[in-house]
Amino acid sequence: MSPPAKKLTYTNVTLEAIWYNNPIFRQILGICSTLAVTNLVLNTIVMCVALIVVTGLTSLTVSSLRNLTPRNIRMMVETLIMAFYVIIVDIALRAYWPEMSSNLGPFVGLIITNCILMGRSEAFAIVNRPLISMVDGVASGIGYSMVLLVIATAREIFGMGTFLGVPVPFFSGPYWDRWVIMVMPPGAFFMLAVAIWIFRSISTDTEEKSS
Amino acid sequence: MNFSTQIAQAVVICFAAMFTGNILLTTFLGMCSFLACSREVKTAVGLGAAVVFVMTCTTILNWVMYWLVLVPLHIEFYRYILFIIVIAAFVQFIEMVIERYSPPLYYTLGIFLPLITVNCAILGAALFMVIRKYTFIETIGYGFGSGVGWMLAIVSMAGIRQKMAVNRIPKGLQGPGITLIIAGLMALGFIGFTGVLQGQ
Repeated sequence: MSPPAKKLTYTNVTLEAIWYNNPIFRQILGICSTLAVTNLVLNTIVMCVALIVVTGLTSLTVSSLRNLTPRNIRMMVETLIMAFYVIIVDIALRAYWPEMSSNLGPFVGLIITNCILMGRSEAFAIVNRPLISMVDGVASGIGYSMVLLVIATAREIFGMGTFLGVPVPFFSGPYWDRWVIMVMPPGAFFMLAVAIWIFRSISTDTEEKSS
Repeated sequence: MNFSTQIAQAVVICFAAMFTGNILLTTFLGMCSFLACSREVKTAVGLGAAVVFVMTCTTILNWVMYWLVLVPLHIEFYRYILFIIVIAAFVQFIEMVIERYSPPLYYTLGIFLPLITVNCAILGAALFMVIRKYTFIETIGYGFGSGVGWMLAIVSMAGIRQKMAVNRIPKGLQGPGITLIIAGLMALGFIGFTGVLQGQ
């Protein structure tokens, strides 16, 4: 993805996935299934943890099976592996935290179609060793979660005056007129756009990707 | 519930899915193809039409499979795998049928079909349909309405982006940035439809 091919060390792979090639800023991938739950920080944290677990384990499994998978049905195999882990996460969540499970609704299941999973499996895990693939998967998940957490924090503070449900001093007081729009869907679009704007202005090499 | 009230309910659900509960603008599903394929109106119309068709058919198929196969067998947790397979198989099948019987249609629509398999909106519609416990007729309305709502959003976005192509935009905001801001404004506009439909 990045222009000069670096050596595949754990540090390089991690840095690459979290910053230089951040899935959201650089590639605008995978915002579909998670943006909808960023109106509360707690929901976002749970969703991100679920996503990191699934990405890491999927990359590990895809990579371990890479020599056994026939080339032409690899997409199907990858999808089934993802679905397998998502089902585990979904069942675990429903058993131990039913309220959260019903808050998130269908979005846990939608992790399957999250483009990051397929992207990392296709671009990295299918051609690399298992352990480093897992590091790459987890790091991509973390890079993605960071951005979403920033968005969720801003939305919850501006929109409701709370953080993780605890009132924030100034924003919950009488001097702050709560921005209801932040809790509603358009708020997520605006926050993400602003985040991308800031990131792209900071980062020096703004070579435009195709999307 | 008699038949005509069910039909009326389905129509209400259909309009709700198109406007107030637009699957793209309120739940952000299908964003990837929305951002990537909204540069030209022609492409957007092709992709939108394909989504309407596939979404209507697969939600109906998935309803049948879920309530008549998984629920009686008590293996509801397999629904993710089932839905994915139904969607992938259906898209593959349609692609072959179109290629065989209507080459012109295949050249305009065909390239979009594989993209749809990974479109989260299709899977999302199936999952919402299960969670909200729609009846069969309501499901038809919901699947069709969501598809049309998605098409409406991507086609209008493509129109705006075409008009905007010559404008000067700050460097960091070019491409996805400005698209997201427009999407936000559009979502704001669609919220204006709330209250048009009673009984939601």
